[in-house]
Amino acid sequence: MSADLATYNFAYLDEQTKRMIRRAILKAIAIPGYQVPFASREMPMPYGWGTGGVQVTASIIGPEDVLKVIDQGADDTTNAVSIRAFFQKVADVAVTTHTKDATIIQTRHRIPEQKLTEGQVLVYQVPIPEPLRFLEPRETETRKMHALEEYGLMHVKLYEDIAINGRISKTYAYPVKVDGRYVMDPSPTPKFDNPKMHMSDALQLFGAGREKRIYAVPPHTEVVSLDFEDYPFEIQTFEQDCALCGAHGVYLDEVVLDDKGGRMFVCSDTDHCEDRREHGHVGAMLAPNQEAAE
Amino acid sequence: MYVAVKGGEAAISNAHRLLADRRRGDRSLPSITIDQVAEQLGLAVDRVMAEASLYDRSLAALAVRQSRGDLIEAIFLLRAYRTTLPRFGSSVPLDTAEMQVERRVSATYKDLPGGQLLGPTFDYTHRLLDPSLLSDEAVEEPARRNAGDEQIMRVSDILAHEGLIEADGELPQDHQAGDLTREPMEFPMSRDLRLQALARGDEGFLLALGYSTQRGYGRNHPFVGEIRIGEVEVEMDVPELGFAVSLGHIRVTECQMVNQFKGSSKAPPQFTRGYGLVFGQSERKSMSMSLVDRALRAEELGEDITAPAQDEEFVISHSDNVQATGFVEHLKLPHYVDFQAELAMVRRMRADIEGARDGETEMKDAAE
Amino acid sequence: MSANTHVFTGGFSDPVFQSQSVFRMLMDGMARPGSVHAVEHDAGQPDPLGTAAGAIALTLCDHDTPVWLSAGFSKSSVGEWMGFHSGASLTREKAEARFAFVEAGAALSSFGLFSPGTQEYPDRSTTLVIEVAALGEGQSFTLSGPGILQSKSVEITGLPEAFLRLWADNRPLFPRGVDVILTAGRSFLCLPRTTKIVA
Repeated sequence: MSADLATYNFAYLDEQTKRMIRRAILKAIAIPGYQVPFASREMPMPYGWGTGGVQVTASIIGPEDVLKVIDQGADDTTNAVSIRAFFQKVADVAVTTHTKDATIIQTRHRIPEQKLTEGQVLVYQVPIPEPLRFLEPRETETRKMHALEEYGLMHVKLYEDIAINGRISKTYAYPVKVDGRYVMDPSPTPKFDNPKMHMSDALQLFGAGREKRIYAVPPHTEVVSLDFEDYPFEIQTFEQDCALCGAHGVYLDEVVLDDKGGRMFVCSDTDHCEDRREHGHVGAMLAPNQEAAE
Repeated sequence: MYVAVKGGEAAISNAHRLLADRRRGDRSLPSITIDQVAEQLGLAVDRVMAEASLYDRSLAALAVRQSRGDLIEAIFLLRAYRTTLPRFGSSVPLDTAEMQVERRVSATYKDLPGGQLLGPTFDYTHRLLDPSLLSDEAVEEPARRNAGDEQIMRVSDILAHEGLIEADGELPQDHQAGDLTREPMEFPMSRDLRLQALARGDEGFLLALGYSTQRGYGRNHPFVGEIRIGEVEVEMDVPELGFAVSLGHIRVTECQMVNQFKGSSKAPPQFTRGYGLVFGQSERKSMSMSLVDRALRAEELGEDITAPAQDEEFVISHSDNVQATGFVEHLKLPHYVDFQAELAMVRRMRADIEGARDGETEMKDAAE
Repeated sequence: MSANTHVFTGGFSDPVFQSQSVFRMLMDGMARPGSVHAVEHDAGQPDPLGTAAGAIALTLCDHDTPVWLSAGFSKSSVGEWMGFHSGASLTREKAEARFAFVEAGAALSSFGLFSPGTQEYPDRSTTLVIEVAALGEGQSFTLSGPGILQSKSVEITGLPEAFLRLWADNRPLFPRGVDVILTAGRSFLCLPRTTKIVA
């Protein structure tokens, strides 16, 4: 047995695999919201931990790219750290935590707060790409439903929800319609982020490794969250501001401070929060003690 | 004071260091060698090779050692290595009739040409813990027979003489065996792809499904026509040479299940078959595989699909333990962004109900 | 140099990075229909194949993608060159082709025989790479659709006469349909099936 078991290609994947994934990406862009089947490879990280996003990133990344990886909006969550380290190792690529400096952003569960720009690519890690899966577990059936544009069942399901709960209670992975044709799963981002997908300047690519699907939303493309005239789509709102940077109208994480119900809310997007603080914004938690000042 | 968690990288590297420590265990004990694993935990190595779809005893043994004996983790390690290997071509189909047989049993005949060969089996061992294995006592040399060159006839061939069993299916002339590690999966699958999925499927999952068919969930009246374990030659056609060259020998376990017969006014009844073939020695896996293969042929054989084991999309979508473990275990990754969304929704819905209740009370108060 | 040895020359000098660079332009091109990109690396492709078309073939084609060639390419060593450098096999059946390469000035009568994919699998469609005289000069066309903010105008010289009619027939097939890459020497632009074109 050789001590040097394997030498890996740039960005880990072999060229034949990259070509296969690249072809799938081009078709995905040409058919917005349609899930292109691809021969997903066994990656050196577990299925369900971003193998789809990693394969997409590995197939598009080049030496001139600057990569940012986030999980839950944060650059320092362990799986984001692990994926970033993987690309540093196999592609020797420049990395950043600054949204504005990145050319490729791989994400799990969030879209950055800062508006993305032309030339940026947002790569989503997707666990279950099929938006109809929670209505119908069979691929053979859901494929027909997409082919026939038969989405009535989805509306029935959402309406049942209103009948039972008084509102659409789906809070994340909220289904969208892309360019008026395909119903698409935006991956388990909170529905707070759905409006950011609409007419984005950036290209959005979605990779589902275990389920072997790639799909895409080109820039400047309509992405509409499903709703009803009498029950329009609405996003979460937070009463509080970020305790660290004072940001309002951003997605916040709830942090439990003690066992007496004490909690605070801070930006989920860590880069956004740090950037604001660098620019002098201060939240309640970091503000100089007001009583002392008085 | 809240400080955002930093230093994920250091935490990960410390976790890996601790893992390596636990893997090594007590330093006063000698370290286990790859050869020891390959030789003395051979069936674990076989399972890893089978479900990783890579025949390499040393690498599989390395994976078992590296994974601290967690076999699904070992399968995962070996698969992630396999995926980086270049592909030179496909072998000629294995000829199991030419097998150097080490074990061969048939449940359908009392005796048959070539005889019943028990081989290295746990069958008929009394499951009593063996105190001699607490120490390193010498082990007797095995009794050996003269293998000779004679070919041991397959039971399926015996039955085929009388036309009593269905023949091997015919594939179109230009059919190339599929490979689900290289092509996207699509349902319904052809049988070659389905067998590939079963051969690398989780032993426990297939065992449970096979068992369920015996208990009536898609019963197919199985008889073990034959199980044979031994070495077969792997050959590859080299177009430039115009003949097949031998690449070496591998050990496999083959199970031919003889199942309930089927006939019509046009075709006289024949037994049907379920097939199992796996790397290494694994009777449990090959038998389970052949039961599930037969169950999955329900549609082809005009049977009603009523049970989980007959449902191709269900069985094949869930048989891969590396996929399954990844997705089940991914639930431990942070999901707090989505949970926050759910928290807010539940709070809001509770507030709505409490608001409505308060409103009712007020109205009651006012009426009184 | 004989025509035969010409088949074995060329190819990317640095396949990993050059194909990545060409792919990124293709990806950007598909995502922003009508944007004109220029291939830097010469793949030493034989005439009459253009630089961009040659680079696209090396970037996207392999033994999994049967390639169809128009009559002018079929008569040249283009097929052998692609086969040698990419592993792609040639097909005479348009419906089998994952990629089709059409030389400049070739008459296009229909996209109908190329695969538009199926309603269930619209991705299984042919991508046509069509050489034109020039991009960025000539007749002006207005594009709209996904990837384009409002509308975009592009100039094309030598677009096959029937193209606009064929494209108009392609659009209603959606989600089925062919995708097109127009090439002119080093330059190319992409027209995914979603793009509307008005002269």
